[in-house]
Amino acid sequence: MDSGTQDNPYLLLAVFVFSAVMMGLTPILMAFVWTRWAGTAKPDDIKNAVYECGLETGTYQWFPLKVEYYIYGIIFLVFDVEILFLLPIASVYKNLPAGAIAGILVFIFLLMEGLVWAWAKGLLRWQFTPSQNAPSPTQTQKQVTL
Amino acid sequence: MDEGLKSELQKAGIFTTTLNDLYNWGRGNSLWPLQFGLACCAIEMIATSMSRYDLARFGAEVFRPSPRQADLMIVSGTVTKKMAPQVVRLFKQMPSPKYVIAMGACAISGGPFKQGYNVLKGIDRYIPVDVHIPGCPPRPEALLHAIMTLQRKIAQDTLHPCRRKEEEAERIAALPVPEHGSHDLLPPKHDVLWHPEPVERS
Repeated sequence: MDSGTQDNPYLLLAVFVFSAVMMGLTPILMAFVWTRWAGTAKPDDIKNAVYECGLETGTYQWFPLKVEYYIYGIIFLVFDVEILFLLPIASVYKNLPAGAIAGILVFIFLLMEGLVWAWAKGLLRWQFTPSQNAPSPTQTQKQVTL
Repeated sequence: MDEGLKSELQKAGIFTTTLNDLYNWGRGNSLWPLQFGLACCAIEMIATSMSRYDLARFGAEVFRPSPRQADLMIVSGTVTKKMAPQVVRLFKQMPSPKYVIAMGACAISGGPFKQGYNVLKGIDRYIPVDVHIPGCPPRPEALLHAIMTLQRKIAQDTLHPCRRKEEEAERIAALPVPEHGSHDLLPPKHDVLWHPEPVERS
């Protein structure tokens, strides 16, 4: 071992880390430089279009999804988690002590409470209301007359 | 590089090449076709990519579902006038350098539908075709031959910036995607790309 690593035992580690990072970065940098040198990048509106299926990009793509959707995700969890726990519980149900049964009932009660709350608020009804923020198509639909 | 010197070095066990040849070798042997089929020729194209004909021998088996990742467009089948704008748009979305193989009678000329009203009479009216394959449909061997022909064509390519090549690429990139008019596609052809010999009728 030379004097450098004796003075600082972490020097070897630093060399390793540097090599590891460079092994990852070098191909990327080389590819970048070569692309700049040999590539023939000619971006335009068609090439940068969002759709890749050949059809013309019709509407604005960066519209926000309805935030109300999160409530369906949560209600799904109520059923999902319940099933996840009830299946193993059902298989050992007869041998469970009374305390465990009470614990399970409390757990189910908490989940049911959420479901009842959602039901009472009418959230289980799928309401399709077009969002106020939905943007109008930026590009006019072309009339296909063939 | 002098061929004689290259040969002498090769005898001494030293392999030499140019960056140009290296690039063309890489490009020609890793063609990524765009995955789309238009008609019955596509079935032959699929057969070509399967084990019996094994397109992978030529490095061209990686069919890409996105034009961003493809550099070879195999126009396999009848291009209807309804479909033509989509095909042209896909071609324009592919990154350069890109190559086109027009496969089958329909793609090169309209084929049996040439007299019809709704079929494009050759995709080379809108996009620059490198290799034409006749046949209805061409056998997989014909497509393999086209790939090999294209590889030979790529081998002739040069990396050096060439004014004429640049201008031609810009001219082709500037051509619009055809639109549906009342009777035909507008424009019906790109004059830059399609200028056939005039037919003299006697």
